[in-house]
Amino acid sequence: MKFGVVIFPGSNCEQDCYYAIGTVLGKPVEYIWHQETSVKGFDAVVLPGGFAYGDYLRTGALAKFSPVMKAIADFAKKGGLVFGICNGFQILTEAGLLAGALLRNVGLKYLCKFEYLRTETTDTPYTNLMHKGQVLRIPIGHGDGNFFADADTLKRIEDNDQVVFRYTDAKGNVTPEANPNGSLNNIAGIVNEQRNVLGMMPHPDRSYESILGSADGKLIFESMVNALVTK
Amino acid sequence: MKATVIVTLKPTVLDPQGMTIQRSLGSLGLTEITDVRQGKIFDVRLKNGSREQVERLAKEVLTNPVIEEYRIIWE
Repeated sequence: MKFGVVIFPGSNCEQDCYYAIGTVLGKPVEYIWHQETSVKGFDAVVLPGGFAYGDYLRTGALAKFSPVMKAIADFAKKGGLVFGICNGFQILTEAGLLAGALLRNVGLKYLCKFEYLRTETTDTPYTNLMHKGQVLRIPIGHGDGNFFADADTLKRIEDNDQVVFRYTDAKGNVTPEANPNGSLNNIAGIVNEQRNVLGMMPHPDRSYESILGSADGKLIFESMVNALVTK
Repeated sequence: MKATVIVTLKPTVLDPQGMTIQRSLGSLGLTEITDVRQGKIFDVRLKNGSREQVERLAKEVLTNPVIEEYRIIWE
């Protein structure tokens, strides 16, 4: 089992992901430079947070042209695990590997704080160790996290059980007040139709041990390991 | 040859920046302006006859079709 963490020019959470997987989980992990044209030998690829290409043009818009993205698209098509966190989520939507887009936060502010997330489905390689409805406490840190999709797309991802996490209050209630950024239906994370590609705005890579204020994010990485072991 | 590519959010997409600009106009007395939408302009220079490349640039790079649309002004 080998994890890869992709580095784009401007990524800044790659060390958090590397540490969470390598040290906390104790699994083999390597960095993948964005100029690589293959991800052969990897079982899971993480696109970390940050500001790839300085967020120039749009968040994730230029990163999708990095050579590694073609290899990641092929890898995803074959069922490989591809996990985009924050900027990684934005890149995956721009690359067309996930539906929708991430707009500027409704309040226009960059938000950096803990949020409660409700686990909407356990039928993914990222949530198989949780129970449906389980509330996780995981921080966000973004200016463009406002999930948008047109009405047909939104209905499709809701009907297909592709919404993985929603922003809620501490008890797991979906309310307007619990929505930090204006995301449609309080959506914080989704998977693709094949369910092997996850994108989420909150940072499990900043919440994998209690000294960070929460260890809930570890469950996501552990679910990935579980999925790879039982595959 | 020159082209100007104008990229705007689709009318169905909320534009928090434009709304914030519009809301701030009251203090200037610009009360008849009822809507402001923010967009982007790209000035492009090209060799003659390569309009198709500008079309591709606008469609494949400058615009995210999920949320945005574009128009091109040729000079």
